[in-house]
Formats: sequence, C-alpha cells, structure tokens
Amino acid sequence: MLCNICGKNPATVHLTEIVDDQMNELHLCEECARQKSVAMEQHFGLSDLLAGLAEFDKTAKGKETVQEVAVKCPNCGLTYTDFRKIGRLGCGECYTAFKKYLLPLLKRIHGSDHHTGKSPAAPQVRGAAKKFAGLDDLRQKLQRAIETEAFEEAARIRDQIRELEKRPSTANRKPKAE
Amino acid sequence: MKLNDLLNHTSEWLKGTGPNSDIVISSRIRLARNLDKASFPHWADSKQSQATSDQIQQAIAKVDYLKTTAVFKLSEMDSLDKQFLIERHLMSYEHAQKSDSKAVAIDEEEVVSVMINEEDHIRMQVMQSGFNLFEAWSIINRIDDALSKELKFAFSQEWGYLTACPTNVGTGMRGSVMLHLPALVMTRQIDKVLAAISKLSFTTRGLYGEGTKASGNFFQISNQGSLGHGEDEIISNINSLIRQIIAQENQARETMLLRNKALIEDRVYRSFGILKNAHIISSQETAELLSIMRLGLDLGMIKEIDRRSINELFIVTQPAHLQKLEGKRLSSQERDVKRADIIRSRLKI
Repeated sequence: MLCNICGKNPATVHLTEIVDDQMNELHLCEECARQKSVAMEQHFGLSDLLAGLAEFDKTAKGKETVQEVAVKCPNCGLTYTDFRKIGRLGCGECYTAFKKYLLPLLKRIHGSDHHTGKSPAAPQVRGAAKKFAGLDDLRQKLQRAIETEAFEEAARIRDQIRELEKRPSTANRKPKAE
Repeated sequence: MKLNDLLNHTSEWLKGTGPNSDIVISSRIRLARNLDKASFPHWADSKQSQATSDQIQQAIAKVDYLKTTAVFKLSEMDSLDKQFLIERHLMSYEHAQKSDSKAVAIDEEEVVSVMINEEDHIRMQVMQSGFNLFEAWSIINRIDDALSKELKFAFSQEWGYLTACPTNVGTGMRGSVMLHLPALVMTRQIDKVLAAISKLSFTTRGLYGEGTKASGNFFQISNQGSLGHGEDEIISNINSLIRQIIAQENQARETMLLRNKALIEDRVYRSFGILKNAHIISSQETAELLSIMRLGLDLGMIKEIDRRSINELFIVTQPAHLQKLEGKRLSSQERDVKRADIIRSRLKI
C-alpha cells in the first residue's frame, strides 16, 4: 500500500483519526507521518494537553459530579473547572484544594507524586555533601591516628564520627512547619 | 548598567569555553519559584502583581549574589529592547507578551537572569559556557538559598515547590543543554536521535525555546519531569544522555571525514566564501552557513577565526541586535543588507 499523502513511498504507519465523531483511517510513509505528527504537536498547546488529561480522568470514571465542578480554592477562588480550561493553577493552595484530582495527573506527567529534591529550610545538596565530606575526612584521620598508634587522638576522632553519623542528614530534614 | 551596554559584551554562554565546547554551546539551569499564598501571575489582579513584583525586587537587592544585577521593568522597555533580551536568552518570549508588573534582573556577565511575574512569580536561570550543568546548578542553588531567606516560597513537603503549571512542580527545575549537531543532521540520523530522546522523557527545542524550530543545527535538550527526582539526579540523567549524544555526533563527524572529506571541505569553504562576500543575506541562510563554518572550525579546516567569534555572529545577526547596532529600526530588506555588512566586517581577515 502506498502512502495516502505523498502516494510515492510504501505506507508503514497506520493512523486512526477521529474528527467530529468521524473516523478516518490513514496509511502513511515514515516521512509524511513524521510531518503530520509535528503539525499535530504544534496545534496542541500545553494547556490543551493538560485539559485533555484532566478530561480523560473524567471519562474514565464516568460522568463528572456536581461536586467536582464546584470545588474551589479557598485561598484564590480558582475553581477546578477554571483549571481545566486554562491549564494553570491559581496559587500554591490550589494543590491542596484539588489534591484528589491532581494526584493522578501529577503521576501521569512526572511518573511520581512525591517531591524528593531540596526544600527552602534545608538546602539539600550542599548540606548533604558537606556532611559526607566531613565524615570521609574524619575516617582518614582516624586511620592515620591508628597507624601512628595515637590512640587517644583516635578515640576522640571515633567519637566525633559517631556523633556525626547520629545526626540526621540535612538532606532529609523537613522544612520548618510554619 | 544600561541595556545597550550589553551590545558590546559577549554573554557568558557564547564564550565558547568550558568542557566539550565544540559540540556543547551552553548549559542552563532554571528554577521556578512562587510566593506563598499569593495568586500566580496569570490569576493575580494588577494590585497583587505589583505587590509581588516589589517584594521580589526588594529581596533581590538584599541578596549578595544578585547585587550586581540591574532590574529592567518591562513596562519601560520598547519592543526592540524586549526582542534584544530574548535573542540573548536573558528573557523568554512569553515574558515579553504582557508588560504590567513584569521585570527582569540581569547581572553584568549575563550569567544570571531573574524574571519576575513570568508564568511563575520567579523564573531564575544561570547559564554557563560549554557542558557544565553542575556548575550552573551550584551557582543557582546558592542564589535560591539566599532568596529563600528573604522570601517565603510556596512549598509543600509532598509536592515540593508549587508552580502555576503542574508540569513544573517539585524541584521547579529545568536543566537544558544547547548542542550543535551538524553531522547528525547531515548524515540524516538526527530524527532517530530525537525520537529516542523524547521516549526517554526529555524534550528537544530549537535555539529559542518552546515551540521554535531548530535552526543552524542547534538543539536544546531538557528534562521533562520535575517531580520525584532530586536536583542532582535530574542533572546526572541529563548529563549521561548528553554524553551519549556527543559521542554520536563525534562518530558521525569521523564517518563523514572518512567517507567524503572533500565534500565536507567544499561545503565549509563555500560557506566561508559566501559569508565573507555576500551583500544581502537572510537570517535563515546565515544560520545554516555559520553552522557549517563552525563545523569546519571544529574539524580544523578553518583556522582564521575562533569559536567565540562564530558564536557571537549567530546572535548579533538576529533582528533586534542588527537594529540596536544600527541605532534605528530597519525593515526586513534593510536588515538583510546590514546583516551581510556585519558578517563581512567581522570575517575580514
């Protein structure tokens, strides 16, 4: 079968398009299919995509409930319907207000729904790196002290290492509750 | 610092230095931050937006790392100024759209830029020359720490930094690397490489960010997800992908040289010849020819000009730069003449 668009190359990509409830089958060559997919990507903006994803949840679970439409962020007044329309949230508090609906969306976008990076109160990377660098340093000193039979010094360093190891990593420290 | 002072200055990211600077133009990290409880820019009324903007500007003035920045208010800039900053990658196209309460802070070296009231209250970026994401991260991380002492950011333990668009939530971080991949384009392998990249949840854009076409064989590759991985992990992932692409580009270059050195030399010297002699040239043709010339430089064929000068030519031949250099507005035809003038004068050897 030849490509439906250029009519020259053999069709290797088979697409089913649904436009206004009309189903069309398209058989395309690799080159025309690529061009078509570029055109499609350009047509859909990010907010359409997000709105589409939120929409998908609705159809997957059946009819949307009255409650879902009415849910509103108490801080900024944006409704979930607004979000579906514009693809942007109104303020940080919206995340809590729409938690139920956002969780599956976040999972689909990021493959995760949980933050593991830095936080404002506990600068992660440098803090953690510093702690480990400090430990490494001490362990080397301990080794040297043992080798030179400076046992008093070694005991002091050992206690320091224990103390450091007990301390929770700054990386895992929770942000200040405010 | 005045905006026009930047004209005679080479942006950090164009310096052509840093690791792998033959294939990697620049590395960039951006962070999205918002103020706690405040409406995001698109949802805030003008009074709220002004208050947010003032608050952020005051914070910037207190942060050591940002003390050398100059703050430019978008409402005081004309369209040429805005386009000029976009061309220098100091501001996004989206930021230039509506002006009210928007501003951008830029440091003299053009390493740091902080956009105020873009899609999020704060969009800050750090750029470095060459393949250097970790260095960019270490700078921006310090700025972020310092800013978070002055401002209370919208943050949740569960979802991290909260952003207007759920695609940026979590770290609010995007790491991007700008690559020059002429050999992968010439050997027609680029589509396969780009397809593989998108399968691995990375995005590719052109020289000018979201929605732009790849011109001059430049490709900007960034992480897509921002939630669920730590900053270091995201950067390591980008780095390992970039290393593979660099290896593929290098291999394509070697193959081309082995199979058809004369053809490459012909294209390189023809490009050089046209650029040195043209009196009218479009931006598209300029980008294509400069790209081939840059390849010629990497392959040791062209020795008369350095990488920094070629990198600069890509930017000074952009429309707003040409008009700033000329000191007046130019029509498209006038720009094509001015562009050829500038290229000829800079390639006069």
